[in-house]
Amino acid sequence: MGEMRVLSPTAILGYGFPLDSFKEGMKRKPHAIAVDAGSTDPGPYYLGAGISFTDRNSVKRDLEIILEAAVANNIPLLIGSAGGSGGEPHLNRDTGLIREIAREKGLHFRLAIIHAELGREKVRAALEMGKITPLGPVPPLTKEDLDQSVRIVGQMGIEPLVGALEAGAQVVVAGRAYDPSVFAAPLVRQGFRPGPAIHLGKILECGAIAATPGSGSDCLLGRIGAGYFEVEPLNPTRRCTVTSVAAHTLYEKSDPLYLPLPGGCLELKNAKFEQTAESRVRVTGSRFMPAQKYTVKLEGVKKAGFRTVTIAGCRDPVMIKEIDQVVDTVKERARDNFAGAGYDYFLDFKFYGKNGVMGLLEPERNVVPHELGIVIEAVAETQEIADTICGFARSTMLHCSYPGRIATAGNLAFPYSPSDFKGGEVYRFSIYHLMEVNDPFELFPLEIINI
Amino acid sequence: MKKVKITDIADVIRSKNSGPYELTLDIIFKNREFFELARRSGVFKKDLYADLYGISVDKVIDLVEFEQANAIKATIVRPLVSGDPGETDVYGAQQHAPLLSIEVPEK
Repeated sequence: MGEMRVLSPTAILGYGFPLDSFKEGMKRKPHAIAVDAGSTDPGPYYLGAGISFTDRNSVKRDLEIILEAAVANNIPLLIGSAGGSGGEPHLNRDTGLIREIAREKGLHFRLAIIHAELGREKVRAALEMGKITPLGPVPPLTKEDLDQSVRIVGQMGIEPLVGALEAGAQVVVAGRAYDPSVFAAPLVRQGFRPGPAIHLGKILECGAIAATPGSGSDCLLGRIGAGYFEVEPLNPTRRCTVTSVAAHTLYEKSDPLYLPLPGGCLELKNAKFEQTAESRVRVTGSRFMPAQKYTVKLEGVKKAGFRTVTIAGCRDPVMIKEIDQVVDTVKERARDNFAGAGYDYFLDFKFYGKNGVMGLLEPERNVVPHELGIVIEAVAETQEIADTICGFARSTMLHCSYPGRIATAGNLAFPYSPSDFKGGEVYRFSIYHLMEVNDPFELFPLEIINI
Repeated sequence: MKKVKITDIADVIRSKNSGPYELTLDIIFKNREFFELARRSGVFKKDLYADLYGISVDKVIDLVEFEQANAIKATIVRPLVSGDPGETDVYGAQQHAPLLSIEVPEK
């Protein structure tokens, strides 16, 4: 095949895209549509709770359009990191939506589901054999952290996706997957080199973010040929420029010259970016270097309790000046009041206007703003205790005294009634490690269903 | 020595998670000339980032020049793992402000 084209509709399935851009993309007769549906950016909650950070209605809207187009044009559709985190409940949400749309629109196709959630036993066996290593500034995995992990996913590479296409699937829904894999898999399967294919996938996976002006909710088209690939936006208001595309290569990665991935590394030190048309950029020189041992990245989370928060504000200059002391008073009162109850909790305060955004990294620590946004947060082992601690901290902070106090009616302005909000379950990352595997398919069972 | 403000020679200055354990800081210069000025200035060392963020130098785990994008990129260890108790910025996208104060000697 001389040139192969892949259409990326949006940065994350559910983030949306203009229909006109998508139609422009389809006019260019893509050989595949692929979309990434996940990220760890939204934090540990979604993997732990089995909930998607993308909204069901928004995902359905995107899926309806791309599924219908793929089936009508008889081209494959690949979805990676389904449901946001790529665990079983996430995969079920998105495959459920696909079945629902197929039923509603009378579509028929061969569906591949690739699972990516793995049991603790499998990880424990690998840990005992010394096959688990930390990824970056992460402590070595302990048995305790593993035992407490409530959900673990492995990040699949290209191979299981190629396997699904080989098995005749037209629609592939994958659990947690290395973001570029869904774009690179159909290209590698047709014999294109993995270096340019993966690098192209790395750019396409964020939709039009690599264009200027950038957007996470617009389409991008990729073309691959012998020794090169090209990207172009499909919305006339955007352009791909050498700077926008090269800059995107930096995005959310530590080292843009060596990008580690399942089974190897993408080396970009000889990558060249050139403008080949008004809004099109060509990239050459991207190289894939296979690793000695095939490793898969694992992501796991453990439960940390339940959260309740209160949102409030303060406009009193004396209180704002004394805010650190107010915090000490409230914390001490909570400790003393519930000393007999034996509660185990975390009580924290954020002050917007004063070190609320940067926390430990904030260099400007001594500002005195004219007003403060306040978030009181309690995390405890049950929702009930979190409610108790947060409510107590709120009422104490509302009426406590501090040096020089003039406004004696109340210290806080609440924008809402009720003032306290249940945040539900809280999770923490417990696993972010590499696991050595015997083959790239080992952790990712394939299921084929005729729809 | 005359100095230029980073905001006059760069058009992208941003922070972002690179996974839940790292925070990566990008400065993309307006053109090759400004990028060369910056890289030769000797300003962009791990110490600079350690000073700006009040962290020890060993927490600055990567410092890379990416010529193709006219960019200098540093990566630091997140002070808290994303979403851990005390977290203030789960995505890490609002940690760039200290970079805005950087100045580079003109020649």
